[in-house]
Amino acid sequence: MIDVDLSMVNWARGQFALTAMYHWIFVPLTLGLSFLCAFFESIYLRTGKEEWLSITKFWMTLFGINFAIGVATGIILEFQFGTNWSNYSWIVGDIFGAPLAIEGIFAFFLEATFFAVMFFGWNRVSKRFHLFSTWMVAIGSNLSAVWILVANGWMQNPVGMIFNPETARFEMHDFAQVVFNPVAVSKFVHTSSSGFLMASLFVLSISCWYLIKGRHVQMAKKSIIVACVFGLLSSGYVAFTGDESAYEVAQKQPMKLAAVEGLYKGETKAGIVAAGILNPHKKPGDNQDPFLIKMQIPYLLSILANRSLNSFVPGIDDLVYGNAKQGIESVESKMIKGKKAIKNLALFKQAKKDKDDPKAKLALEKFKENQEYMGYGYLNNPEESIPSVAIPYYAFHIMVTLGTLFPIIFALFLFYGLKDSLTQKRWLLPIGLISAFLGLIAQQSGWVVAEVGRQPWAIYGLLPVKVSTTNLAVGNVQTTFFMFLGLFTLLLAAEIKIMLKQISIGPSEGR
Amino acid sequence: MISNLDYTTLQQLWWIIIAIVGALFLFLTLVQGGQTLLWQIAKTDLEKSLVITCLGRKWEMPFTTLVLFGGALFAAFPKFYATSFGGAYWVWMLILFSFIIQAVSYEYRKKPDNLLGARVYELFLFINGSLGILLIGAAVGTFYTGSNFTLDLYNRVTWDYTLAGINLRGLEAAFSLFNLCLGIFLVFNARVLGALYLLNGIDLSSTPDLESRLRRQVWSNFFIALPFLLYVLISLLTMKGFNVDNTGTVSLTASKYLSTLLAMPYLPIILLCGIILVIYGVFSSSFKQSNQGIWFSGLGTIFTGLVLLILPAFNNTAFYPSKLDLQSSLTIYNASSSMLTLTIMTYVALGIPFVLAYVVYVWKLMDSKKLTVDEVNEESY
Ligand code: HDD
Ligand code: HEM
Ligand code: HEM
Repeated sequence: MIDVDLSMVNWARGQFALTAMYHWIFVPLTLGLSFLCAFFESIYLRTGKEEWLSITKFWMTLFGINFAIGVATGIILEFQFGTNWSNYSWIVGDIFGAPLAIEGIFAFFLEATFFAVMFFGWNRVSKRFHLFSTWMVAIGSNLSAVWILVANGWMQNPVGMIFNPETARFEMHDFAQVVFNPVAVSKFVHTSSSGFLMASLFVLSISCWYLIKGRHVQMAKKSIIVACVFGLLSSGYVAFTGDESAYEVAQKQPMKLAAVEGLYKGETKAGIVAAGILNPHKKPGDNQDPFLIKMQIPYLLSILANRSLNSFVPGIDDLVYGNAKQGIESVESKMIKGKKAIKNLALFKQAKKDKDDPKAKLALEKFKENQEYMGYGYLNNPEESIPSVAIPYYAFHIMVTLGTLFPIIFALFLFYGLKDSLTQKRWLLPIGLISAFLGLIAQQSGWVVAEVGRQPWAIYGLLPVKVSTTNLAVGNVQTTFFMFLGLFTLLLAAEIKIMLKQISIGPSEGR
Repeated sequence: MISNLDYTTLQQLWWIIIAIVGALFLFLTLVQGGQTLLWQIAKTDLEKSLVITCLGRKWEMPFTTLVLFGGALFAAFPKFYATSFGGAYWVWMLILFSFIIQAVSYEYRKKPDNLLGARVYELFLFINGSLGILLIGAAVGTFYTGSNFTLDLYNRVTWDYTLAGINLRGLEAAFSLFNLCLGIFLVFNARVLGALYLLNGIDLSSTPDLESRLRRQVWSNFFIALPFLLYVLISLLTMKGFNVDNTGTVSLTASKYLSTLLAMPYLPIILLCGIILVIYGVFSSSFKQSNQGIWFSGLGTIFTGLVLLILPAFNNTAFYPSKLDLQSSLTIYNASSSMLTLTIMTYVALGIPFVLAYVVYVWKLMDSKKLTVDEVNEESY
């Protein structure tokens, strides 16, 4: 019933991935650095020492440079829902719009209003009001995260709505369920804490550079202590909330979990793969070993997924081909039901148009029997329900490995920082210097796990990505893809140059 | 109380909220207007710094209001959001581009090692203030002149307007004389507002040349804007409109907007007040030495914008009409969210006055002292 231009879909996906990943270079830093600035400024007000003022102003300058480009990349994302994913926008607008509007009304205005005070209010408002504004910027930026993640959480685990066949869209049924969706909650705590972690790494990196160069040594040491305390606390929180996220994935998106672990045949007492290389020739349903080599920790996956040692964790094969013993229905059977639902929805719409009420009523009843499978009706074969395995698998393992490394880095720096022997530990400084890049990699990997692992669904189990798009000729999307790629790359290059220059100018002479 | 509102009232309420946000946006385009004036009014580096810094403290405001405008449309009228953004693809994309380049320009223009050089960032600001606002005007104009789309049974949009074999996807909006005039009017009105705002915000005592240039700009831009405004107003009174009858059938009806103005008499009154306020602000600033013109012209712009956005949606009119298939046209009743969503959002909207209050409070706090040369030397964009 719908002809989809798959190349157009892929360009639109690429464009979303491109713009979202650019946005995500800057956003985590905003989330965390805003709080760090607030910490520094609070210390300044407490102690009244001018050096803390120049530390605060220095990090604020970097914050401002980063913020501007974060905003520039964000506006594209919001409007892209409409331009490239208009069918999706219509189908989810009733649920999705409200969080986005709340974000605009509250979070963005909080940020935008107090941002001006934070940068230009030094001579215009009292010190206390200035500090208050800095805190408001921090709270505002983290509030923006709440609402967009409620929206994203809903795509991963759609709850609180009903499908209205008259309008052919989902409509809100229970707002509280949408907001307190467990996936949304775990997403928010995990992403915001990972932003704090990211900003701590950023401050650490730049401070290490100063220590290596032997410049601004005092300010660097002070910054390191604050950043490491914040970083260490956030690393713990990141790991804890990451475990919670994985649990939610296991419960709500078992296919994503299977992909992330490279698990084809489901197991009880399943072990977790600590490290391993995937077999590139492995196909679903065949008998090859999915791994060339692997190192496994026994039982851990069952515990992580179901909080119970003896629980069964389904693999890709179980989920696609069904597993009667575990009560898992095959995708093929869901597809058959889904196609019936789609057919009856079409009959219903046609009958409505022809004003044939009895016929419409009958079609509606039949539609309702199978409506929760509707999304599967758009699939062409059962294997289409499997996301890429390699991408989420490697991305996840990179994220988790880095996630265990960061607290060690923070602890070392804190230890030597407190002993004031950092400048003698020449071997440690380069590790600190590159840590921000590692943080960025972990950040991007996290979203790749979440979003690539969600494929082929735009709304999990209900709406495949390929039927979410706008009816556009592929050339349009291709053109804008390259326009964004060019423009964002240019702006990123400018941002990095400016940032490096400001770093080399250093505190007190910065703005 | 809100839970007692009926569906129709909620739909109308939300269109009015969106119209208010849109009207506030038009006022805030003072930033964009000021950006296009930069090269004409600021001849020295110092003058440039004064102008850019004065505008730069506000640049986030129109930007965020635009974001909110989009978000509120998505939430309250998702069918419009899907149809217009997906359909009139290129208009929106170009508008977005002009705002991306604005967002970085203030922060990056004066920073050392900024890769592109100050002139390029100034050009970005100019493009945002001219092309960006022009296209926004053209897009708003389609509320009156209609667009080239059809919707299928599932509300999926198809856009069909080709020129030399290319589907223009919305760019054709800029070819309509009405839309174009509206766009040009908005650009010059923004320039008037920009000049008025700078007169108000900068301590001009040590830069008398800048002051006289600003006063001249107020007048000359108003003079250019006037005929375009007149054209738009006269067209509104005479043009056909997209009437919806009580069976929901859409038809082109003569003098539709005129009859709406007559049916809702407070609209013409607000419009008239708006225009008078704009003119008062202009005259008091260009011929007398007042620096308060921005408040009059600003309020006038808000009033005018409000009428402009309410007029095409009320009194049984389709606010997003389709020229290709009249029956695909969107009304605030067939394009809105469900009753529950609108109700929840109305509760949320109770917070808007508080947000407005702190925005105004901070604005006043920050603008209580005029921007001086000393200050610009210390911290500036
Ligand atoms: C500094 C960055 C960072 C670090 C060190 C970690 N994460 Fe993470 N992770 C993110 C940054 C991130 C993220 C970018 O914030 C994501 C993307 C989507 C989301 O909700 O958060 C994410 C997603 C994400 C998901 C997917 C959620 C979904 O698909 O809905 C899981 C299962 C984990 N994380 C688990 C972990 C575990 C067990 C970690 C071990 C310490 C870990 N993360 C460290
Ligand atoms: C597709 C998803 C997203 C959309 C549509 C979106 C939209 C936007 C928009 C429109 C802005 C500019 C706001 C302004 O006018 O100030 C923005 C900035 C911002 N967004 Fe996003 N965003 C998305 C993803 C995210 C995520 C996942 C987070 C956090 C978890 C986030 C956090 C922020 C923050 C903190 C800002 C402030 C500016 C900055 O980036 O430094 N965004 N976003
Ligand atoms: C800012 C952080 C984010 C990053 C880095 C990110 C990353 C990605 C990536 C890599 C893809 C492509 C997946 C693929 O095609 O295989 C994608 C697609 C998509 N994401 Fe995200 N995402 C982010 C946040 C969000 C949020 C908050 C939402 C929704 C509220 C969202 C909605 C979408 C949609 C609609 C698509 C296109 C459809 C699809 O391909 O699944 N993303 N994103």
